Amino acid sequence: MIVLENVVKSYPNGVGAINGISLNIKRGEFVFIVGDSGSGKSTLIKLLLKELEPTEGRIRVNGVNLARMRKRAIPKYRRKIGCVFQDFRLLKDRNVYENVAFAQRVIVTPTKEIKKNVPAMLSLVGLAEKYKSYPRQLSGGEQQRVALARALVNSPDILLADEPTGNLDPKTSREIMKLLEEINARGTTVLVVTHDQDIVNTLKRRVIRLQKGIIVGDERESGYIG
Amino acid sequence: MRLSTIGYCLQQGFKNIWRNKLFSLASMATMAACIFMFGIFFCIVENFQHIVKEVEEGVAITVFFDQDTSESEIQEVAEEISIRDEVRQVVIVSADEAWKFYQTVYFKEAPELAEGFKEDNPLANSANLEIYMTDVAVQQDLVDYIESMDHIRKINRSDVLADMLTGFNRLVSYVSVAIIGLLLAVSVFLISNTVAIGISVRKEEIAIMRLIGAKNSFIKAPFLIEGAVIGVIGSAIPLGILYYLYNRMILYVAVKFGMLTEILKFLQVNELFRTLLPIGMALGIGIGFFGSVFTAQRHLKV
Repeated sequence: MIVLENVVKSYPNGVGAINGISLNIKRGEFVFIVGDSGSGKSTLIKLLLKELEPTEGRIRVNGVNLARMRKRAIPKYRRKIGCVFQDFRLLKDRNVYENVAFAQRVIVTPTKEIKKNVPAMLSLVGLAEKYKSYPRQLSGGEQQRVALARALVNSPDILLADEPTGNLDPKTSREIMKLLEEINARGTTVLVVTHDQDIVNTLKRRVIRLQKGIIVGDERESGYIG
Repeated sequence: MRLSTIGYCLQQGFKNIWRNKLFSLASMATMAACIFMFGIFFCIVENFQHIVKEVEEGVAITVFFDQDTSESEIQEVAEEISIRDEVRQVVIVSADEAWKFYQTVYFKEAPELAEGFKEDNPLANSANLEIYMTDVAVQQDLVDYIESMDHIRKINRSDVLADMLTGFNRLVSYVSVAIIGLLLAVSVFLISNTVAIGISVRKEEIAIMRLIGAKNSFIKAPFLIEGAVIGVIGSAIPLGILYYLYNRMILYVAVKFGMLTEILKFLQVNELFRTLLPIGMALGIGIGFFGSVFTAQRHLKV
């Protein structure tokens, strides 16, 4: 599903964020990407979202070579990738329902379908009751659930989660990870970038370890080695 | 694009204006000032051209013929001239008509003096053509053409008036175009700034839209609507004010300077607005729309 072949990404100032990564992630896998700050985790996410272009190497997602993708095709490609971030990135002036519906409006989904899909997704993340609340009225965990609902409402093939529990307490973090597991069980490929040792150790999934832009470990059912 | 998407983009466009109230108001005010100035210059130029045209219609070239030119030959010359594009009307003045006109002007006080000539017309060789033109600017061309014709003895024309009117008309047009151009550039700049600020305010939302997979057109649409709405409001207000003020001004001139109305024949407000309204609105909407298109193009690159 996701194939990286000798990918290098250097920034114009000469700093190399990714220094030759090759990996293969299969459809339906649940993968943790761990590493210290500056190890290249976020750059990897940006490369997969085609926000950045690799300096060298090839990235294939769903059989498509991203280097050959035309600019016009990028929005359609991104619709198949859901994203959640540490800072949730919700629209503060819109309520829970509108935040999730926003993802559907953006891809021009008919209103009738939006009215059906959004409540279903809010039920999945356990926020059906709070559809009228605004982000400021929600806890961190609830905001991350809204972000998850927004990422999933368009039924993506891949879910990229960049430090999804970074701003949450351990109990809420576990709840969010449980949700991610449920989503993965439905067939979505999940990539989680994290620092959270406990979660990685508890879930026992594939762990790809990055250091200074290269892969220093790729183990199945591994734990976090800090 | 779906109807619901159009509705959504429209809603977002209006929300942008509301969120960005101060800058939107500043843009509308500048746009209004520009369209108002444009309207004033338009009124001046249109009225001036109208007055010039009225004067031009009264300016005639008079063509006199050689001695013994027959009436049928004069008729032939008249027909040949009248088919030219720049000629509006050709009036044949016979020798008798010329003499009658002369009598009414010069022997009005002592008609008995004219009696002395009895049947002997002293202006027997003064049959002439009065030629009225559609555009006095090409008078010289017409005179050259007539001079090359047979039977022509003399041509009287009013060069000075024609040249003065044409020159002044051109000057007013050039100055207006320059000032209007400058004002429009200021409007585009301000609209562009307003939209750029709107884009920076909604930076986060735009970033989320991109990640979710919004097409560029979907991201841009609310900003284009914002620009067009600023254009509509910014042009409708000054045009309304101009309509009211122009009417009042015509009435004021008619009441206070009654004798001037014979010389200064102003266009009626409805006649003027038949052109000014669509031009003003198109200008406002166009500046708003294209100002935001360029800005969105620059600030919203994928």
